[in-house]
Amino acid sequence: MPLPKLKFDKTKCAECKAISCLVKCQYMDFKDKDKAKKEWQKVINGEDSSVLKSCTTCYACEEYCPFGNHPFYLIVERQEEKGILPAPRPIITMWINQCQPVGRFMVGKVEERALSYCLLPQFNTLVKGKLFDGIALSVIFGQEFFCNAVYLHYAKASVIKDRLPKIVENIKKQGIKELVCLHDECYGTFTSLTSAYDIDMPFKPIHYYEYLYGRLKELKDLIKPLNIKAAYQRNCSARLCPEIDHYVDDIFGLLGVERVKREYDRENALCCAEIFRMAMGPVLADDVQKRNINDMVRFGAEYCVFNCPACWDSLAHKVVKQGIKPIHMIDLCKLAIGEEQALKLPELVAEV
Amino acid sequence: MTTTSALCDSLIKIVGKNFVSNQKEERYFYARDGGLMPPHEPDFVVMPKTAEEVQEIVKLANREKVPIVPKGAGLALTGLVIPQRGGIVLDMKRMDRILEVNEKARYVVVEAGVTQGVLKSYLQKHHPHLRHSIPDSPPVATIVANAVIHGQGRLSQQHGFNSDMVSGLEVVLPTGELCRIGSCSVSKYWFSKGPPLPDLSGLFLGWFGTTGIITRLGLKLYPCKKMRDIMLFLADKAELIPDIMLRLSHTEMVEDVVVSAAPLPLRFRGTFWIMAYITGDSDEELEFKRKMVWNALWEYFESRDLGFLSVSPDMKAPLMSMPSKDTSRFADVSKGGGFQYAGPITPIEKFPAFIRKLEEVATKYNVFYASTTRLIGAGHCMMFSFSFSFNRANTDEMARAKKALYECSKFALEEGGVLWKADIYEQRLLMDKMDPNTLVLMKKIKQLLDPNGIMNPGNWEVK
Repeated sequence: MPLPKLKFDKTKCAECKAISCLVKCQYMDFKDKDKAKKEWQKVINGEDSSVLKSCTTCYACEEYCPFGNHPFYLIVERQEEKGILPAPRPIITMWINQCQPVGRFMVGKVEERALSYCLLPQFNTLVKGKLFDGIALSVIFGQEFFCNAVYLHYAKASVIKDRLPKIVENIKKQGIKELVCLHDECYGTFTSLTSAYDIDMPFKPIHYYEYLYGRLKELKDLIKPLNIKAAYQRNCSARLCPEIDHYVDDIFGLLGVERVKREYDRENALCCAEIFRMAMGPVLADDVQKRNINDMVRFGAEYCVFNCPACWDSLAHKVVKQGIKPIHMIDLCKLAIGEEQALKLPELVAEV
Repeated sequence: MTTTSALCDSLIKIVGKNFVSNQKEERYFYARDGGLMPPHEPDFVVMPKTAEEVQEIVKLANREKVPIVPKGAGLALTGLVIPQRGGIVLDMKRMDRILEVNEKARYVVVEAGVTQGVLKSYLQKHHPHLRHSIPDSPPVATIVANAVIHGQGRLSQQHGFNSDMVSGLEVVLPTGELCRIGSCSVSKYWFSKGPPLPDLSGLFLGWFGTTGIITRLGLKLYPCKKMRDIMLFLADKAELIPDIMLRLSHTEMVEDVVVSAAPLPLRFRGTFWIMAYITGDSDEELEFKRKMVWNALWEYFESRDLGFLSVSPDMKAPLMSMPSKDTSRFADVSKGGGFQYAGPITPIEKFPAFIRKLEEVATKYNVFYASTTRLIGAGHCMMFSFSFSFNRANTDEMARAKKALYECSKFALEEGGVLWKADIYEQRLLMDKMDPNTLVLMKKIKQLLDPNGIMNPGNWEVK
């Protein structure tokens, strides 16, 4: 079967005056729009471009593009075509091997509405309590359901195109009509990536923020306002579904949480940067993490609210050192309805 | 010759009836270890409590010319404590006292039955700023047995073999005399196993209990930093591994360097996992060491040949555990709990050839493999394990694993390696290749110390 092709409309780029994909990039210097336009044209034409080597794979240009024209996916395609490795080869090999489907379907008592843990075991800890009454056992997990968006970081669009249609089929075969995605990467895959690659979607993806917001409204009598100031940690794949961000405000509003108006939030967010460490070494990663956390401190955040378990792994112990409490969004909701935080800070230092 | 019954009575007289057995179940258990060597039953299992009891037992065995095999936890997996000619297995577990920790001279004196796990726990509780080099065997492995087989551990990259960390011995000679080796022979302090005296520890370390029974051992302790972390690098070219190990060693910042390779789980397939462990008393110290490691490997990272893997806490925990639990997990990959490895000590330049051989042999014999390499000393050598797991209920698979192991051992020897904790077959391979004059020397030593050949016969037997 032929691999799906990226739906990219170069006429949209031709008409674009803003070149936001490059001009807004936090890691490449394209303040000069003319220069940006020329460089982007090279990417479109499949020519060598500094963009292909300098891209940190932060995903943000997917959000910056006003036309939804998928500039980042095009960069990934071009990187792969030219054999440019955004990360060291062994890391890419490891990821490709680790997540390949092996015919092992890890499912709970799956119903028409189900939760996707993707390949993140942390959700086994998080998904508990009243918020998940009636759905907690309806779960899919593992390589057979792995969304594969991670290969965007590794210039392996071909892996996504090869595996994703089968993943979608696997989910369909479970009889799932509505899939509550507990990770932006999944939700972004089943909305943005499938759309960009024209892959039919036989089920409806629901972002877990939407799900949580709905449950919290049902449980509103249990909510005791937390009255805290929190920094929100946006993750890279949030850039694939920026339309979801309003739910952060909606949920925070229900819980009595103030989303601190800091420099590095919303469109200007800094990701957890751990992917930079693996791709480019420690200097950029350390710098981004330091700026991000200092920003949280500067704006008086008491909590750092995480969306992504991988961000949690990267930053939780670092924010604690700055006196900020790390908490996952699901746990934040639990606190407000009188339940306990489940995902706790990992031990920093193992036994000697 | 004394009858079996009379011998039993004599043993009971020495250690008491609760600590002597010639019952079938004990003889069955002490006839084997977890590896592939065929079992052979002892006539007696004896558990002494004191060095004096050991002396009495050895004198009795010597008088009666009964073989005697000292045993720790029996975890070498190469049959070193299987009583090849029957006789007495001397289980040292009751000699389990930690006798002294000298904080200022940084050593501990333990009896022969003290285990790695107990010493680790004791130091953590009573001397948290001191540690010893923990091998990746299960925690019931004994300190003495590990030193006797020249084991390696978490500090081997910095300080060499665990036997290099021995700081004194108390030994019962095969003729029953109790003898002290090292500084403790002239002083109350156990700070050196040899220097500035003639180093006699070599008469016992590496001899697998064929020259005497160690009843006490002094072991060097090392600073225990408050923090410890792992830096995990991935490579996919075996040819680069020796230089990567050397560069890590060059930093003089790394406590331990281990390289793993296995086809399963899938995440391991096609890559070598290079684990560099660092320690520090502060974030700043750790960060400095991280930078040094990054700098050392930057060239390979920049060329995209070497990757860095950020490790999540759930992944980090097993990688940081001491001992590593991976060995136990690997032992049951084929189900049925069988596992053995050949672990030649060899120059690190041999890594690519050894990996190729491992893959070739695993395919040839259709056995599941893994390899763990530990850097020993500042790049002086490495322990490279050719590891195979098997199902104990599957005799065919066991036979294939055995063939695979011996082919790897022969190969390692041909390539200039020296077989580690060699079983009796491998000992023969080693002795066949050994300088004849060295063999004569070994034979003279053995005959001098053990004139009746009662000590662990079958092992290190020079024809």
